Amino acid sequence: MLTNVIGSLSLIVWLPIAFGILVLVFGGEGRERISKWLSLLGAVLGALVVIPLWLQFDRSEVAFQFVEFSPWVDTFNINYHLGIDGISLILILLNVVTTIFVVVAGWEVITKRVSHYHAAFLILSGMINGVFCSLDAMLFYVFFEATLIPMFLIIGVWGGPNRVYAAVKFFLYTLAGSLLTLVALIYLYRLSGGSFSISDFYATSIPESAQVMIFLALFAAFAVKIPMWPVHTWLPDAHVEAPTGGSVVLAAVMLKLGGYGFLRLSLPIVPDAAQQLAPFVIALSLIAIVYIGFVALIQKDMKKLIAYSSISHMGFVTLGIFIFNAEGMQGAIIQMVSHGFISAALFLCVGVLYDRLHSREISDYGGVVNSMPIFAALFLVFAMANAGLPGTSGFVGEFLVIMGAMASNFWFAFAAAMTLILGAAYTLWMYKRVVFGDVGSEQVAGLKDVNAREFTMLLVLALVVIGVGLYPKPFTDVIGVSVSTILELASVTKY
Amino acid sequence: MTSMNLYLLAALSPLLGAVLAGFFGRQIGRSGSHSVTILGVTVSLVASLIIFRDVLNGQVFNGAVYTWALIGDVTFEVGFLIDRLSALMMIVVTSVSLMVHIYTIGYMKEDLGYQRFFSYISLFTFAMLILVMSNNFLQLFFGWEAVGLVSYLLIGFWYKKDSAIYANLKAFLVNRVGDFGFLLGIALVLHYAGSLDYVAVFAQSENLATQQIELFNEVEWSLVTVICICLFVGAMGKSAQFPLHVWLPDSMEGPTPISALIHAATMVTAGIFLVARMSPLFEYSEAALSFVLIIGSITALFMGLLGLVQNDIKRVVAYSTLSQLGYMTVALGVSAYSAAMFHLMTHAFFKALLFLAAGSVIIGMHHQQDMRYMGGLRRKMPITWLVSLIGSLALIGFPFLSGFYSKDSIIETVHLSTIPGSGFAYAAVLIGVFITALYSFRMYFLVFEGEYRGGTAKRNHTGHQHHEPHESPMVVWMPLVVLAVLSVVSGAISIESILFGGYFDGVIFVLSSHDVVGQFGEHFHGWLAMGLHGFQTLPFWLALAGVFVAWFIFLYSPRARARLSVFAPITRLLEEKYFLDKLNEWCFALGSRSLGGILWRFGDQKIIDGLLVNGSAKLVGKTGILLRRMQTGFVSHYAFVMILGAFALVTIWHFGK
Repeated sequence: MLTNVIGSLSLIVWLPIAFGILVLVFGGEGRERISKWLSLLGAVLGALVVIPLWLQFDRSEVAFQFVEFSPWVDTFNINYHLGIDGISLILILLNVVTTIFVVVAGWEVITKRVSHYHAAFLILSGMINGVFCSLDAMLFYVFFEATLIPMFLIIGVWGGPNRVYAAVKFFLYTLAGSLLTLVALIYLYRLSGGSFSISDFYATSIPESAQVMIFLALFAAFAVKIPMWPVHTWLPDAHVEAPTGGSVVLAAVMLKLGGYGFLRLSLPIVPDAAQQLAPFVIALSLIAIVYIGFVALIQKDMKKLIAYSSISHMGFVTLGIFIFNAEGMQGAIIQMVSHGFISAALFLCVGVLYDRLHSREISDYGGVVNSMPIFAALFLVFAMANAGLPGTSGFVGEFLVIMGAMASNFWFAFAAAMTLILGAAYTLWMYKRVVFGDVGSEQVAGLKDVNAREFTMLLVLALVVIGVGLYPKPFTDVIGVSVSTILELASVTKY
Repeated sequence: MTSMNLYLLAALSPLLGAVLAGFFGRQIGRSGSHSVTILGVTVSLVASLIIFRDVLNGQVFNGAVYTWALIGDVTFEVGFLIDRLSALMMIVVTSVSLMVHIYTIGYMKEDLGYQRFFSYISLFTFAMLILVMSNNFLQLFFGWEAVGLVSYLLIGFWYKKDSAIYANLKAFLVNRVGDFGFLLGIALVLHYAGSLDYVAVFAQSENLATQQIELFNEVEWSLVTVICICLFVGAMGKSAQFPLHVWLPDSMEGPTPISALIHAATMVTAGIFLVARMSPLFEYSEAALSFVLIIGSITALFMGLLGLVQNDIKRVVAYSTLSQLGYMTVALGVSAYSAAMFHLMTHAFFKALLFLAAGSVIIGMHHQQDMRYMGGLRRKMPITWLVSLIGSLALIGFPFLSGFYSKDSIIETVHLSTIPGSGFAYAAVLIGVFITALYSFRMYFLVFEGEYRGGTAKRNHTGHQHHEPHESPMVVWMPLVVLAVLSVVSGAISIESILFGGYFDGVIFVLSSHDVVGQFGEHFHGWLAMGLHGFQTLPFWLALAGVFVAWFIFLYSPRARARLSVFAPITRLLEEKYFLDKLNEWCFALGSRSLGGILWRFGDQKIIDGLLVNGSAKLVGKTGILLRRMQTGFVSHYAFVMILGAFALVTIWHFGK
């Protein structure tokens, strides 16, 4: 077995990156076919190697599993230290599945620098896995920052007309946030007596005022990444300019790095500050849910609308995390995974339309159902899932977070439940204007329904979304113990 | 067969039919589609009847099908509670659904979306069964939203029509407002009772009744009141109670069979079912019951009035549905849950009948729905005429027909009630009787009596040359006859057992101080005596007066009809539906879009992006320019700044001491 030579987590991290390099080496001009098939092989293998992990993962174990450890930078006691818990596992699964969709989504559409395009995504996928596996704070930080580079290139090279502004905005916004994190990590290194191990950070007692500073420094990075109101404005621009695949990865996986950061670092390392500042984070989350819900309502660009909807849905993630109970936190994590699939699917749907009409404006469509009935049916599944209809994955996360919020305060639940109305309003109003009605224009009349590639992609996603909605237990079971562990760590007083 | 398999069979066979007709409609064709779906629903009906028999023999089932999720120490399950309440609902749902399936063969035979339609109505039947068979709040919500989804799909079935896709979005969103309250209610239940299982929650209702919840500073509310009102807001959405009723009249944009099935007989009664199911909670909150009562009375009276000015045959029936739902809600409010369920059942039969008969008229009239162009159809469509007359008589509560027994029970129990608001409610339901008879027989006389006003040269809205009206085919009138029979007999044969025979014992919980049905039962001496006595009661004479006025104005005296113009301001108020649609349009639809626009343009673009993001970028640039200017390279400048600095330091040091 390959895993005897190289650890199974290392395989998950480095296999996609290795394939990315292979694509760069063997792809190139005139060899687009090789690049594409090699990328698909890399993405599929990258997903297959997660299956044994999913099967072997001990759902009742509190400690990190599949741990790998070897020294990296001895001088600063930085180690190549990998290990996962249920939360990592479920997000890794999301990431590797998304990578396959991204490769397939760009199959016929990307004609410029094909090998570079696919390589960027494979390398990005490996790095994101790296973030989810890291148990060393420095390693975490390196992977976390490194993900910026491929995404920056994806937007900057394959993006729309205003791609440079969007790419730079994306880069500076997120970088500004994460530089403060670096300061916090170095400070923690000192406090913990010279260790970058995340587990050591958990055990380090930290004075209250320092906790607040560390919390805010970490918060700067993760709040921008997820993104929270009011540091969200990079996301709509980035989405609008990014190619379909870029939007898919951005929404489905990269935003979740922020949520993961809160769970892995903020809560357990500085629990007192997290508890103390929770009302502030909850307030921002609720503003995101309601305020952004209204903003999404009036968007004229489909991608922008979905981007704003993402921000609103991410409000549920931060709300769920910071109400400190099992329902809320499990809901937050399920919401991350579910939003990954739903937003990926919605961006793919917009991509399907964009590839045909080269417009993302809602008003350029109307009556799409007449020429694309199969597409319309699949699109409806995702629209309903985005509106949180029970029986789809979108419901599970929102439901659990609202249940958790009620335990905290009636009005938190009240504000969060507004999404039932707002989410349905902006999603279904868009759906109505794009899909329903009589044929809007000659171009719409001439639209061809989804081809086999698009159909397969959307059908698989639809089945996943409905499957998770009807039977979320396998997912909640995987994260159950990890969530209670984090909640326990977050309830300890550390100063 | 074990009982669990039987329940699964009842619930899943319509789903299977829906899947086959929906995904393989092209392969199995039109007749294949209607065959599989009808087979599915028939199986479900037969299973429901067997279940009903078992339940009557005392077999109650409460158990899980599978575990949905385990969170912390809470188990979320999908499961069934099969008792007398769910069994009754299952029979109502599957029997009306079967009639509608058969009817659809005739009604939709020219429609291109034939297979899709069958798939949807079977899917609806499945969702409705999931709703009524549930043993917990979570699954109830699943079914609740699933029927909403199918309703959305069916109202927008003719997706090219602007009015249809407007109506379906409106229906979904208004229902979502109700669901918002419903979900909060569920969250409160989970938080305070620690479970979503009905039995576990109801076991604690007394305990919940003693707790207080502080929603605003220093204002304490009874917890059970807040829970019940939140849950009832959900019921108001689905069962179209004022002010969340606005979606139901517009839902008539959908094909007529679903108006009968979903928007009259079954889905809209889900809210009534919900409150009846939750009786162990509602009983402990007089405030919530009072709220239910007032909302129901307003709906019963004021929605009925709107039926008076409608010209579209389907809309008259729609407003009648609203008003009758109000009657059921009133019954819930006075703790006469069993009377509400009884009226739900009889109403399902006679209202489905009226809708399907209206559909038959619409087919006969070649898709003309405006009653002003009808008239004299009695001779042209004799079967439709007869069943419509039966349906209308049942609706106005003519003695011995089903509607009489259920409606009279409601009126009598309201009269006996002491819940705050019951005086108003009694007046509302009595006036409502007159109004009901007036609009029902206005419709009846305009459609079936008098002279035919369609003309032969008149083109209808589809642009076809107008043909003479004709009776509908047998596949259409057969279900009408079946429903007509049920509309006649279902009241007389079941009143004794449902209301007074302890049918709902152990299912519906009523505090003895609220037991108006029991008090009413003291005067009950069998269906025959009640029917005979019915001729001497006030409601009967009110109804008769309504019929007489309708006959006088709309059939006998055209001059009296012309005089109606003196009521112009009132007519306008009614035609504008009390301006509620306008209010919603302006206040909520336009208001939230404007708010979104302000937040986006001002909040996101001006303040966050303009001032903070791009502003800080500019600040960095400007600072750079300033700093560059300071680096002049002249030693004298540097020396001057140094002296200034030294002076400042000395000053600070001096005063700081």
